[in-house]
Amino acid sequence: MKKRIRWNKTTRNNYITYAVVILAFVVMQAMVSAGSISSTLKGMLVPICAYVVMAISLNLTVGILGELSLGHAGFMSVGAFTGVTAAVALSNHVSSGPVLLIVGMVVGALFAALIGFLIGIPVLRLKGDYLAIVTLAFGEIIKGIFNNLYVGLDSSGLHMSLLSDKTNLDEAGQMVIGGPMGLETIPKVATFPIGVLLVLVSLVIIFHLVGSRAGRAIMAVRDNRIAAESIGINVTKYKLMAFTVSAALAGAAGTLFAMNYSTLVANKFDFNTSILILVFVVLGGLGNMLGSIIAATALTILPEALRQFSDYRMLVYAIVLILVMLATNNDTFKAFLARLIPGRKKNEKEVV
Amino acid sequence: MAKLVSIPSNSLIPERDIDKSPILECVNLGIQFGGLKAVDDFNLTIGRTEIAGLIGPNGAGKTTVFNLLTKVYQPTNGTILLDGKDTHSMNTMQVNKAGIARTFQNIRLFNAMSVEDNVKTGMENEMTYGLWNGIFRTPKYWKQEKVAHERAMELLSIFHMEDMADMKAGSLPYGAQRRLEIVRALATNPSLLLLDEPAAGMNPSETAELMENIRKIRDTFQIAVLLIEHDMNLVMNICEGLCVLNFGKVIAKGTPEDVQANPAVIEAYLGKKKEA
Amino acid sequence: MTFLSFLISGISLGSIYAIIALGYTMVYGIAKMLNFAHGDVIMVGAYICFYATSRYELPPLVGVILAIIVCTILGIVIERLAYKPLRAAPILAVLITAIGVSYFLQNAALLLWSSNPKVFPSVVSSGNIPLFGGQLTISYVTLVTILACVVIMVALVWFTNKTKMGKAMRACSEDKGAAQLMGINVNGTISLTFAIGSGLAAIAGVLLCSAYPTLVPTTGAMPGIKAFTAAVFGGIGSIPGAMLGGILLGIIEIFAKAYISTQLSDAIVFAVLILVLIIRPAGLLGKQIREKV
Repeated sequence: MKKRIRWNKTTRNNYITYAVVILAFVVMQAMVSAGSISSTLKGMLVPICAYVVMAISLNLTVGILGELSLGHAGFMSVGAFTGVTAAVALSNHVSSGPVLLIVGMVVGALFAALIGFLIGIPVLRLKGDYLAIVTLAFGEIIKGIFNNLYVGLDSSGLHMSLLSDKTNLDEAGQMVIGGPMGLETIPKVATFPIGVLLVLVSLVIIFHLVGSRAGRAIMAVRDNRIAAESIGINVTKYKLMAFTVSAALAGAAGTLFAMNYSTLVANKFDFNTSILILVFVVLGGLGNMLGSIIAATALTILPEALRQFSDYRMLVYAIVLILVMLATNNDTFKAFLARLIPGRKKNEKEVV
Repeated sequence: MAKLVSIPSNSLIPERDIDKSPILECVNLGIQFGGLKAVDDFNLTIGRTEIAGLIGPNGAGKTTVFNLLTKVYQPTNGTILLDGKDTHSMNTMQVNKAGIARTFQNIRLFNAMSVEDNVKTGMENEMTYGLWNGIFRTPKYWKQEKVAHERAMELLSIFHMEDMADMKAGSLPYGAQRRLEIVRALATNPSLLLLDEPAAGMNPSETAELMENIRKIRDTFQIAVLLIEHDMNLVMNICEGLCVLNFGKVIAKGTPEDVQANPAVIEAYLGKKKEA
Repeated sequence: MTFLSFLISGISLGSIYAIIALGYTMVYGIAKMLNFAHGDVIMVGAYICFYATSRYELPPLVGVILAIIVCTILGIVIERLAYKPLRAAPILAVLITAIGVSYFLQNAALLLWSSNPKVFPSVVSSGNIPLFGGQLTISYVTLVTILACVVIMVALVWFTNKTKMGKAMRACSEDKGAAQLMGINVNGTISLTFAIGSGLAAIAGVLLCSAYPTLVPTTGAMPGIKAFTAAVFGGIGSIPGAMLGGILLGIIEIFAKAYISTQLSDAIVFAVLILVLIIRPAGLLGKQIREKV
């Protein structure tokens, strides 16, 4: 037998992914300091990082666990609202932006994980499209709650109320979440380097999870649940584990996203956002993290790049989306493309 | 071939298992789907190191027996004693932890995963490191993963499949997929291995090799094997005890010689058509 | 009396959901896909009817028929161009394509008809029937909506159970391969299903906007999602299930708005859905399928 390569294909792909992210970061940083990118693109750097983390975390649920979730933005929302609340509460004692951001992301991740775990218990018993609709429902419920939640901070601590503002803050008090007005006083401290750091940390967590006993069990449940049970795998436990980790990462991404703005409403994290992220995942390829990263980046920039088409840009976006799905999934279409692009390998790996 | 002797429960187990309690005892096991008794009054005892066969015409309820033993279906009546313990309250996962591993008639591999990972997944019961050890790649992780890799290679070597370790399970040829299922089941450290038509789709030379390997597995791991098979040559050659099912009921039990001579069996099964 | 009046508006809203959900459920049953663009077909139907009646001053009935014709054709075209090439593709690819179609319809509507809200003239003459000496009134729109829903439901059950095409539809939803071997034109049957579903969507659009007269390019999105929820609620793939799910959903929504909280009514609707699915994982009238081992 030949020498056993410890660097198998998976490991190699993982390192390539890290390398691409780091390279992209270095190039962008260089361009930012050289002042050679537009202010629009510069403003999109942090949201891109947040969407990338959203996409790779959803890929954990959809690609690795194999369950369709249509409510991923709900976890982003939980992360944004709890993380920002924590950061606001802390901002009276700490002035360092990065510290506020990181503490916020950790708090956001923890709360999102908690919600993910609680939702996961009933949801993961369901199958296929039923599971999808229930995740959608949870996403809408979370949105509904945050749209009606009032949180204020004053000298005596945090005050909360639902439906109407009953926080009764003292004079020095400050509203953190104002119902439909959303987050009103966000410390705008998100930075691109920390965004990239979150992307890298998320990648490490997901790759290490997938490369461990838990990852194998999760994929086994995806590939064949009955066989997985028959070899002693606790299906519920591993489904919950994947779902919770995915929610936690989405929570951190939510905090990052929110702290790039000074105000933010809960409606930003609605069904359409969940779908948008699902589109990143499917276009990038199920289980393919690098694909998710590229798709999330490209599709976040695309509407901006299409700005010259002004009113037509979302129409073009829709057509591009449909054409890409047809091109990657229809045999006639694929054969047609293969003839257009000579030298393309016959057995090229499917994107979806 | 080991001689079969009777034990107090009125069943036969191999001579070498005498004085040891049987690994599996099914008592009046049955299941109903609606009004249909798919398996009825099923009694079977298997010795600790016995290779036993479950045969019968198509639709006789053989796979249903496997599904009952592994709790894919919950029996409507009867008891299953695994190593003397009642498995009544256990689910599929717990039954596996208690010692039963199986293969499937319609192969159920983890197709998108590598061959090696399929086997390692079977070691779930033995690995103890948790989520955090996995994410932070602690020494515990590396240690257990190293052991798992070595064991996976060792198990794959039973069927000379080490070279395929990095291939996707779904891309393996049919015969290799069947063998991989056996390896994966073995990885769970079972005391009873259930094989559902292990030789299906194999040519005679592959079947002969498989027979050899089933014996080797029994001898090496000192476990019991219960197999469903339509290849009479294989069944008669390696099984020490046979149980014949027809329409969900046991119609004969005993050594291959006894069963072959049994008129009920000849009528129901062998008499109709004997090939191979 | 207020209770009764809430109940009636609940049934009325629920009837609209039910008609949309019927389209969802039929398409799901046969194509095994969640047609997210279905909600936007509703919007197209409403716009067609709006322009026919208020711009070209055609009679309401002609407007409705025009809307049905346009939506039916639209449904067939969408199926042929976007979904048919993906019949063998993974479910997720089809789902994303459906979302693409949904974006396309919304943005095309935005370009064609602008984002300015249109005030939709009801296709049913205003007025109402007083009951209990005027304590309870039922508007004609409400009445027509409920009646339309019942008629559609009965017609569909008859169609799928008694006619040859309906039986072909059921055969295709059970097993496309076997249906084809039995000489059923599978592609034709799927097109027919989309046609019927989209035609129903047009009716739902007109009724929806007659009751809630603001029409914008995203009008169909939320009712679409809710109707989809209703279809799952009743057991997706089941025609009586869609009807039951739709009506219950409407009632729950109106009651939640009336007795608990207007802002949280959507959240309550979805919470009830989750509860139902936890207790009955295949919906109210859905069948649990056991996996063969």
